Amino acid sequence: MYGQYNTIDEANRAVLDKIVAGAPFLLDVVPAKSVIEELNGKVLLHAGPPTKWENMPSPMQGSCVGAALFEGWASNADEAFKMLENGEVEFIPCHHVNAVGPMGGITSGSMPVLVVENRDGGNRAYCTMNEGIGKVLRFGAYSEEVTNRLAWMRDVLGPVLSKALKETEDGMNINVMIAKAITMGDEFHQRNIAGSLIFLKEIAPYILKTDASEEEKQAVIKFLADTDQFFLNIAMATGKSIMDTARTIQHGTVVTAMCRNGYEFGIRIAGMGDQWFTAPVNTPQGLFFTGYSQDMACSDMGDSAITETFGVGGFAMIAAPGVTRFVGAGGFEDALKTSNEMLEICIDQNPNFSIPTWDFQGSCLGIDARKVVELGIEPVINTGIAHKEAGVGQIGAGTVRAPLACFEKAIDAYAVKLGLIDPQ
Amino acid sequence: MLHTIIKQNSYQDSVNLMLLTNKLSTMEGVNKVQVMMGTPANKDIFKSSGLYSEDLERAAANDMCIVVDTDADEKIEEILEEIDTYLNNQSINNSKEEFQTVKTWDKAMKALPNANMALISTPGQYAAEEADKALDNGLHVLIFSDNVTVEDERRLKEKAHDKGLLVMGPDCGTSIVSGVPVAFANVVKPGNIGIVGASGTGIQEVSVQVDRLGGGVSSAIGTGGRDLSDKIGAITMLDAIRALANHKDTEVITMISKPPAKEVRDEVVELLQSVSKPVVAIFLGEEPHNHEGNIYYANTLEETAAIAVDLASGNTVKPNYYGAAIEVPSVNLNADQKTIKGLYSGGTLGYEAATLISRGLGLAQSGHHDEGYLLSADGFEVADLGDDIYTQGKPHPMIDPDTRIQFFKKAAEDDSTAIILFDVVLGYGSHEDMASALVPGIQKIQQEAKAKGKEIYFVATVCGTNQDPQDIADQKAKLESAGVILRDSNNQAVRTALGMLDIQIEEKDKEVVAGKETASKDFTVSEAIEKLLKEKPSVVNVGLKKFTEAITANNGRVVQFDWRPVAGGNERMRKVLSVLR
Repeated sequence: MYGQYNTIDEANRAVLDKIVAGAPFLLDVVPAKSVIEELNGKVLLHAGPPTKWENMPSPMQGSCVGAALFEGWASNADEAFKMLENGEVEFIPCHHVNAVGPMGGITSGSMPVLVVENRDGGNRAYCTMNEGIGKVLRFGAYSEEVTNRLAWMRDVLGPVLSKALKETEDGMNINVMIAKAITMGDEFHQRNIAGSLIFLKEIAPYILKTDASEEEKQAVIKFLADTDQFFLNIAMATGKSIMDTARTIQHGTVVTAMCRNGYEFGIRIAGMGDQWFTAPVNTPQGLFFTGYSQDMACSDMGDSAITETFGVGGFAMIAAPGVTRFVGAGGFEDALKTSNEMLEICIDQNPNFSIPTWDFQGSCLGIDARKVVELGIEPVINTGIAHKEAGVGQIGAGTVRAPLACFEKAIDAYAVKLGLIDPQ
Repeated sequence: MLHTIIKQNSYQDSVNLMLLTNKLSTMEGVNKVQVMMGTPANKDIFKSSGLYSEDLERAAANDMCIVVDTDADEKIEEILEEIDTYLNNQSINNSKEEFQTVKTWDKAMKALPNANMALISTPGQYAAEEADKALDNGLHVLIFSDNVTVEDERRLKEKAHDKGLLVMGPDCGTSIVSGVPVAFANVVKPGNIGIVGASGTGIQEVSVQVDRLGGGVSSAIGTGGRDLSDKIGAITMLDAIRALANHKDTEVITMISKPPAKEVRDEVVELLQSVSKPVVAIFLGEEPHNHEGNIYYANTLEETAAIAVDLASGNTVKPNYYGAAIEVPSVNLNADQKTIKGLYSGGTLGYEAATLISRGLGLAQSGHHDEGYLLSADGFEVADLGDDIYTQGKPHPMIDPDTRIQFFKKAAEDDSTAIILFDVVLGYGSHEDMASALVPGIQKIQQEAKAKGKEIYFVATVCGTNQDPQDIADQKAKLESAGVILRDSNNQAVRTALGMLDIQIEEKDKEVVAGKETASKDFTVSEAIEKLLKEKPSVVNVGLKKFTEAITANNGRVVQFDWRPVAGGNERMRKVLSVLR
């Protein structure tokens, strides 16, 4: 019934073994369309499970406009809006083409993407690079400042990093960077400053070795030094590459993806392969910049919950005392409670990523959809909060919960597929 | 007007600054305020929130920027002080708990690897399932929950017996395990008297009386009220007797039960007779006339304790423990006032009162009465207010005074009522200050009675020790100052109340007669049971968090299992989960 496995627990263990065995390497930065065939037409990738233009929240639509302008499909925003409304652009979830995208997740063919290979499975995963904070595409901004930055990333940042990575012997071993950064207070969703620093420290000598101009080298290093969240996108591609290898085992109840499109939250479990199980998204709760408040918050979006799926992010709150106060106004004890609570819905702990502030326990490993339903504990996700109107950008940060209904639907479908229960 | 203050080189985390901003926003006279580090991105945020000024251009990334929009310039000083105070007091107060909180058995057993006992207080329909899991984890179980079917009880107890474990309960309110009070229990001195009882408040009263008379308790094992029924066959009682017989530091065994089914009674008594230690037994409601061999039979819970303490100190057992005169206050009653209303929070204390009053009135043993009444004859009533019918959707009267005050009022409205008899049970689990909760109701009734030209007397016993978390002296003083006549035991309180109506109960001397010869029995118990009586327990507390207090305060270890019904009680999901095991 469970393939070569005698029980669901055995199948789940096999998935967990794949996650632990994951050997992610950052190989390259390349134009998205060179590795994602589908992006060679008028196509945009988006975050979350499949969606339609009319269901996208305003910031996600704003990102689409920005991408259309960046690609030169339209000469102004009005034109871009019309074109998108008319259905001239095809939408594909990032997850369907080995990719993940932050917030809106809007990815177009000319955008450079990080290439992460999981040497255990031999598969690759892609993610755009972090644009920094302020007016950025992923939060729905599409002004000239945004498209100019995207152009610089395409013309300078991407090519320079690509050259630098080629100077390395074998790509960059990401597990090593994660293992170090988690001891330095990162949880890889809300806080990536240590990971970003480590990345900069590792890559800087290779950047200097490239034949790029002094000016370009300096600009690239300055950008990396300024971009605290740069490592987030590396962590996301890493999570995707590892979870994609793990879900080649098509049995059991381990959650293999969690993502949001601002309309629906979607999950996958190993035993149900590519199928999405969706429910309406929640809206993140958190702290806001002045002038902004909870009622201006956009509904939950982004593929970044792949970090939580992988066992870090909100699940590793305890590793990041510096941002614990986003879980409430509480302190260390609240962070501890959060991680301990998340451990209740996970099957084991990952020995690769030992957390000092957690008595050196490993990070969470393998969300069991059964446990989520049994205990009614919804996975917690650390997240940035976008303004619900396009163009305003980030207005705060906080946490959000994955809706229980996704997990109920997933295990129900699995039990039905196995013939253990009649459909409802 | 906008004021910009830049604090150079004073880096603060953005989260701290957001919290600080929230705090400052609530200050009077502040229209808008924002505190951020002076990074370019943050300067943009200042712009978009309408708080930008040229001054901000001076700020570098490591400078803290404070922009305040206020009409009152003098506010600035106050705001700066507030910022300093806030930044200097960032450590967050934690009340660190002494135990971990978990939500699954897996985590519970990881958090407390040496756990040897589970305390289960989930809603009744789920208790058997959790008890089963506890047994699978090799734990003794105390099931506080009621409404467990007798079939489940039997199955669980058989399973436990086969595994060398004890199931205390269901509906077991009280145990004291190696000196640690579990659920509703008093803090009694340690000693050499072991107690096993099919009654919660029976155990509480006996252990409290033992403490008051200078003795001490090794362990007290509650079996649950149905253990001695023919359907269960005293599985737990028999195992507990073996355990106490085998326990080196227990020198006297005390057994408390209501009259059981005959075959069960015979089996229990036969086992007790073969124990090489002296035994004190009370089958509440029976009137024993003799002691038999090593078994001393008592009529009341106080006598049970008194005999046990004498035996434990090597004294000869007296032929009669009711010699001392009980002081009976003089009363001033109307001709109509002839009856006692016993309104109890402790079921067994009520049962004892009903038994004694029945005897005083020369009634046959009362048998079953409706609606939680233990006695209802000629206007004399004794009610167990902890009975299920009074606790539907309401807290137990040991925790909540309301039901009792209602019944006090109802009793006072009956013209025949002369005396209201009641109990205040102290110890862990019970109300922190029941005396203060009851006194206003009592005073009101007394005043109303006086207005009608009569007196209504309140007689009570406080079941508690000097070591209990409530201050017993204070509880007594509060009740006495309200005119409540207090006695040291329930037995004395009932006899005092009867005496006030000129009713006496005579107790005959008891002789020791030879016990029956019994075949020698096997008293070996499992290692797990031996350990339960020898070491402070490590407890998985499944359900009511309140129960952790007693355990941690008495050096037991505990992990709190925050129990929720599986899948929130969603039936379809329960089925799905059960097939996906």
